[in-house]
Amino acid sequence: MSNVPSDLKYASSHEWVRQEDDGTVTVGISDHAQDSLGDLVFVETPEIDGTVEAGEACAVVESVKAASDVYAPVAGTIVDTNSQLQDAPELVNTDPYGEGWIMRIRVDDPDALEELMDADDYEHFIAEEDEG
Amino acid sequence: MLQRTPLHDRHQAAGAKLVDFAGWEMPLNYGSQIREHEQVRRAAGVFDVSHMGVVDVSGPGALAYLRYVLANDAGRLKEPGQAFYTCMLNHDGGVLDDLIVYYLSEGRYRIVVNAARREADLAWLREQAGGQDLRIRERSEMAMIAVQGPQAEACLGQAVDARLENRLAGLKPFRAAETGDWLVARTGYTGEDGFEIILPGRSAPDLWDHLTDAGAVPCGLGARDSLRLEAGLCLYGQDMDSATTPLEAALSWTVAWKPEDRDFIGRAALEGQRAEGPARRLVGLVLEGRGVLRHGQALHSDNGGEGEVTSGGYSPVLERSIALARIPVGDDGPWSVDMRGRALAVRLVRPPFVRNGQAFID
Repeated sequence: MSNVPSDLKYASSHEWVRQEDDGTVTVGISDHAQDSLGDLVFVETPEIDGTVEAGEACAVVESVKAASDVYAPVAGTIVDTNSQLQDAPELVNTDPYGEGWIMRIRVDDPDALEELMDADDYEHFIAEEDEG
Repeated sequence: MLQRTPLHDRHQAAGAKLVDFAGWEMPLNYGSQIREHEQVRRAAGVFDVSHMGVVDVSGPGALAYLRYVLANDAGRLKEPGQAFYTCMLNHDGGVLDDLIVYYLSEGRYRIVVNAARREADLAWLREQAGGQDLRIRERSEMAMIAVQGPQAEACLGQAVDARLENRLAGLKPFRAAETGDWLVARTGYTGEDGFEIILPGRSAPDLWDHLTDAGAVPCGLGARDSLRLEAGLCLYGQDMDSATTPLEAALSWTVAWKPEDRDFIGRAALEGQRAEGPARRLVGLVLEGRGVLRHGQALHSDNGGEGEVTSGGYSPVLERSIALARIPVGDDGPWSVDMRGRALAVRLVRPPFVRNGQAFID
């Protein structure tokens, strides 16, 4: 069973979102996503200060198996990216919700976060996906 | 319903991620493909390859038959236990499958074929055998375990009885020892020393347990693929298929041209291509920048040439992406790969990329 922390929000494209106190959100990919991809070997993060639309492909994770886009779960401005992933992409595998974070976004509209799934919904979502 | 090997419950107990491979439920990895890969380069790994097809060809007509259906010359296998790698071709010289042939004893040969080709191969082999004094028998009761890596001999020595252990030490590459219903061969698909053991399925779980007790780490098909890619070994269906000849897949060395009077299926077509010179060739690629080369990606040269990545992946030893690719003969580039709309430079190299744990290219 994959780990789905209850304090995070989730997108159907398997990103997680943590609301920080300063009006930004931290984004990464879920434990379920890293497990399906297998060992990561490269992470391409977006340009800092760039703007993204909700659902826009803005990062790429490449595993031993496949390349996969990471989508911005909400619209906003990229304020930071995880530079450690340049040399240590495996952090996404070993600590997807901590050291393996991918980017931080200053959110245009905080209400947009309500559109995302909570942990219970996401657990159901991946269970159904696995059955399908 | 997927087929299962006799080691299925061992895989589940070891936490394997199981996937459908050619109709078989096989381990992709047991947690980390890269760790498994590195284990084989540094120590020893054990693979369940029981999905591969084991076919015995026996009888007074077996040798003449094999000399006709295979591109290499089974007549070169003089001593029991000798083996070679070769291709089975169609009449156009296209590769129907690549395989290993073991000479067991006079009039007895064993062929190991790809899982995905097993049915097609058997149908083809039977079709060619009409009227000849031989028997073709699929040995689906057999399992196959590969133990690979610099410590493979030590691990296998610990896992078998003293009598068999003594025979392992003197076994040269591409030689096999038959003992009862076991065949232990010094062959593999990783670029490391190692063994492949064909044995009755009922005996496979015990050997697996003894090998893992001796320190060989279970490895999945993911590591098997990245290891063979580093070793520059072709994968059927990706690097060659029935529309590709051995000459276009860097496999000319698996074709026996001599003696010239040996007719084999595909010979006429291959001779023609050899005289004209093939238009395409298989090369190794290294990606200079970040990213991963993948099967099917398009290649472009500054001279207008076009090619294709046939097998690509990440090399844990070289810590960058490598590939096998098919490009036009005579166009040495510079070449670039189209990766998600961007052109990235690739360098042509001569495989292998890695052998016996050592990088073979800069």
